[in-house]
Amino acid sequence: MSKEEKKVNRRDFLFTASYTIGAVGVGAVIWPMIDQMNPDKAQQALATTEVDISSIEPGKSITVLWRGKPIFIKKRTSEEIAEARAVKLDDLPDPQKDEDRVKSGKDEWLVMLGVCTHLGCVPLKDKGDFNGWFCPCHGSHYDVSGRIRKGPAPTNMEIPKFEFVDSNTIKIG
Amino acid sequence: MSDHEYVPKSKVGKWFNDRLPLLTLGAHLTDYPTPKNLNYWWTFGGILTFCLITQIVTGIVLAMHYVAHADLAFASVEHIMRDVNYGWLIRYIHSNGASMFFLAVYIHIFRSLFYGSYKSPREVIWIIGLMIYLLMMAAAFMGYVLPWGQMSFWGATVITNLFSAIPLVGDSITTWLWGAYSVDNPTLNRFFSLHYLIPFLILGLVVLHIWALHVPGNNNPVGIDIKKPSKDTVPFHPYITIKDAFALLVFMIIFAGFVFFTPNVLGHSDNYIPANPLVTPAHIVPEWYLLPFYAILRSVPDKLGGVILMFGAIFILFVLPWLDTSKVRSAVFRPIYRQFYWIFVLDVLMLGYVGAMPAEGIYLVLARVGTIYYFAHFIIVMPVVGLLEKTDPIPMSISEPVLTGGAEPSLARKVNDKV
Repeated sequence: MSKEEKKVNRRDFLFTASYTIGAVGVGAVIWPMIDQMNPDKAQQALATTEVDISSIEPGKSITVLWRGKPIFIKKRTSEEIAEARAVKLDDLPDPQKDEDRVKSGKDEWLVMLGVCTHLGCVPLKDKGDFNGWFCPCHGSHYDVSGRIRKGPAPTNMEIPKFEFVDSNTIKIG
Repeated sequence: MSDHEYVPKSKVGKWFNDRLPLLTLGAHLTDYPTPKNLNYWWTFGGILTFCLITQIVTGIVLAMHYVAHADLAFASVEHIMRDVNYGWLIRYIHSNGASMFFLAVYIHIFRSLFYGSYKSPREVIWIIGLMIYLLMMAAAFMGYVLPWGQMSFWGATVITNLFSAIPLVGDSITTWLWGAYSVDNPTLNRFFSLHYLIPFLILGLVVLHIWALHVPGNNNPVGIDIKKPSKDTVPFHPYITIKDAFALLVFMIIFAGFVFFTPNVLGHSDNYIPANPLVTPAHIVPEWYLLPFYAILRSVPDKLGGVILMFGAIFILFVLPWLDTSKVRSAVFRPIYRQFYWIFVLDVLMLGYVGAMPAEGIYLVLARVGTIYYFAHFIIVMPVVGLLEKTDPIPMSISEPVLTGGAEPSLARKVNDKV
């Protein structure tokens, strides 16, 4: 009797084949139901924004909306750049050089996603212990390069993909 | 469960009942033998059913006037408040109803914790109850987003960003939840859809919750097993229905007090400012019923750690029946556990308080102490006290202490007898 049970027979094959085809079928139906929740074509179409930066004074910043998120564009003074570059990398929770956060030759322009990397609030400018940004939600402090210095946020504020179209215009995205 | 076979009196009733035994179910619910010593803490099951029905009815009506679109949602809520006939009343019942629902569910949960209602053989009732509680939190959170005010928007942003703490796939999951690259119109749309769905899921779970309850029958203040039906029980109707009705009336007076006199006291004034993705309000707080968990989240100086502890604070409740090692159900006979129980109640209240305060200085210290105690209560106190505690003598039946009336009525069972 035990010999017969162990033998793979026609019926076992049919069961396994049916389950497999069934699983593929269920998966093929479920995936569209899941993927429909991802950003649609209309959302993806908002992928780039061009911004005129000619009117920004040194030391000042503007906030623009890109993909529903705020982008901080700050024209930094030479003191601020010097301050950002004087920081030792060992003092940073997420070590990154200021040079790596700006386009070389355009060092005064800091363009970053104005979204706290903790839980997504918008940090306030010119606040906090490091002369940069401060997130009011859970108390994260960012420096003048937008790098996390203190608080619960795990990483520096993100630098989006952007380029200078000409000296007065940048294209984000 | 009533053991006798129910036979409808009328011919039509018998004809129908033979085909679908609804009348048998009705008879079971009416005769359902209930411990005769149930106190008013046991009336919150009925009150919660009332809360759920109220939310569903007012919600269906509100959906007839509300528009789930980022450009129109805020205005449509104001339209409900100003133009729709009795719209203000229906919306205030719905928004305050959520708070009353949570008030009742917290009393219901803490009653279970005190009298050991989560213990064998009622673990499944407890777990279904926790699933209802989780769905309630999801429904309440999504409902709070619908008016599309500042607190709606930023509450949604903070809560959905919790998922971005998941390693590797966090950002993809967050984008998937949003249907955009930030909280936006697609997010509002789907939250409305799910907010409408969840109450009916809850309703289904409530049926299972009550079904699972009717298998072993109610726990009771002395926490002993009783024979059903016996001199220790009374039929559900009219004894419990009338008691539940009275408690419900008192509850409705408090409910009406909020609706008519301070309809916005539990809300946040920032939610009367339309959503603005460029400005975060200076002080974001969730609704009061989520504050203890919010305090736990903020007490951890690490993003992933905070999220894990916050969810852990809820999920640890699922294994509570197996963390509690005591053989005695009711805290009435557990002198040591009883004290820890009240410390735990104070701990949760304190967490709720510091959750509403800024996360700095003394509040942060208190939040950390409170969080550590919260987990210690379940992981250390519950198992250890259950094993070491010398419990008080337990009565043999409910009737005994009631009928003899003495201070030491029932030493039939000694201290360490198995229950």
